[in-house]
Amino acid sequence: MIDMKNILETINMIREENLDIRTVTMGISLFDCVSDNEDVLCAKVYDKIMSRAEKLVPTACDIEKQYGIPIINKRISITPISMIGGNCSEAGYLRLAKVLDRAAADLGINFIGGFGAMVQKGMTVGAERLLNVIPQALAETERVCSSVNVASTKAGINMDAVAKMGKIIKEAARLTADRDSIGCAKFVVFANAPEDNPFMAGAFHGIGEPETVINVGVSGPGVVASAIQRAGDCSFSELADLIKKTAFKITRMGQLVACEASSRLGVPFGIVDLSLAPTPAIGDSVAHILEGMGLESVGAPGTTAALALLNDAVKKGGVMASSFVGGLSGAFIPVSEDAGMIEAVAKGALTIEKLEAMTAVCSVGLDMIAVPGNTSADTICGIIADEISIGVANTKTTAVRIIPVEGKTVGETVSFGGLLGYAPIIKVNEYSPAKFIARGGRIPAPIHSLKN
Amino acid sequence: MKAVISVTGRDSMGIIAKVSCACAEYGANIIDISQTVLSEYFAMIMIVDITKMNIPFGDFVDAMTDLGKKQNLEIHTMHEDIFNSMHTI
Repeated sequence: MIDMKNILETINMIREENLDIRTVTMGISLFDCVSDNEDVLCAKVYDKIMSRAEKLVPTACDIEKQYGIPIINKRISITPISMIGGNCSEAGYLRLAKVLDRAAADLGINFIGGFGAMVQKGMTVGAERLLNVIPQALAETERVCSSVNVASTKAGINMDAVAKMGKIIKEAARLTADRDSIGCAKFVVFANAPEDNPFMAGAFHGIGEPETVINVGVSGPGVVASAIQRAGDCSFSELADLIKKTAFKITRMGQLVACEASSRLGVPFGIVDLSLAPTPAIGDSVAHILEGMGLESVGAPGTTAALALLNDAVKKGGVMASSFVGGLSGAFIPVSEDAGMIEAVAKGALTIEKLEAMTAVCSVGLDMIAVPGNTSADTICGIIADEISIGVANTKTTAVRIIPVEGKTVGETVSFGGLLGYAPIIKVNEYSPAKFIARGGRIPAPIHSLKN
Repeated sequence: MKAVISVTGRDSMGIIAKVSCACAEYGANIIDISQTVLSEYFAMIMIVDITKMNIPFGDFVDAMTDLGKKQNLEIHTMHEDIFNSMHTI
């Protein structure tokens, strides 16, 4: 018989503590759509996505009803477009972006990820053409997300690509200036990009993945925050145990939904991404977990340690709860999507430098950070290079999703709406890295012995 | 297979009767009921067997939610698997 206490705990987690499945993402390989004719390529891509993902939204809605657990997003990730676009012209890549947008709209999903390239060691002609149209594609589509992998621990950092990223971000900001530069919110620059990540904007279907796959991202910062609050003054070891137990429960739910979706859709189950993904809603904040541990505000000295403890305990608890774990797996710290982070930036407690330090011990990186519109492309490249170096040197994924909001400066706020949230513009160091970025070439891969 | 029906809201006469009646109508057999009233606030958790139901489970969930709306109650119906997976290793 099911224990009443457990029933009440689950119901309370869902209704009061914002527990949900953040995303069910279907990965679809597009390799078999390759064609040297752009019309044929576009038609094949549309048809394949529509046929494979036809039942994704209704199935996810049915599962939501069966278990009474909200599934917030239904999404699709595809093979990086530069790999299947090959010989496409720039106009052809742009057409492909619009085809993806139409497929996403017709399927009723909110984002489709994979309009990107892997250029960690160098750029192919096709990849370069694709990079050239990213700003326009982001401006002229609603649901298409783009990501570019510019570095890996094995390849080092492609600084030519990093230099290009600054320009892409500035251009995307300019082209969507009338919408608070929202184009940049759909674009991520990666180091060591995971090939099975279900979260946007960085999701894509990697080359080692099967034909189609179901990946699930769980959420639940509110559940962890409430558990910590209930525990009161306990020691670090007790705190870590508590987070592990909570993460276990959250992840089990993700595993259940992933298996059910996989069996109903007849698509293999890929991974559960053990992430604590915040939303701007009250009670759904990673920052508030850290504050619940005893920090006056996130950003205070001690923040990185608190986050490291949280991130590690979430992984330890989650790993046992799922048969396959992957993606980004860890705590997310997007500024505009987290009520606690927003407050901390607004009152000056949290700076971009502290955020950078925090990314060394948790998943992703500098995420959804709004900076002044007059921030130069070189400065953005410098920020990217710093963040990417953390990932490369530490053999982990890091990423940058930064928004230089056209026409706005420090002290102002920008609103992206929905899950993307709102953010105060954060101050950026004004000294220039221009000469450093202009050197060009690659930063060699780091050595992984003689570690100190 | 079992499901858990949770019912909460302001207390009034006949809540259990109405919920039980709906269960019987759709072929959900009641196995256990835990119910309490705290300062006019009604709370009940009902466990039902859904193996012999005469409608799909999704439709049953909708029917119970609608009943809740009509009676000014919050009624949520969830498949037992979610509780089993979250709370057992």
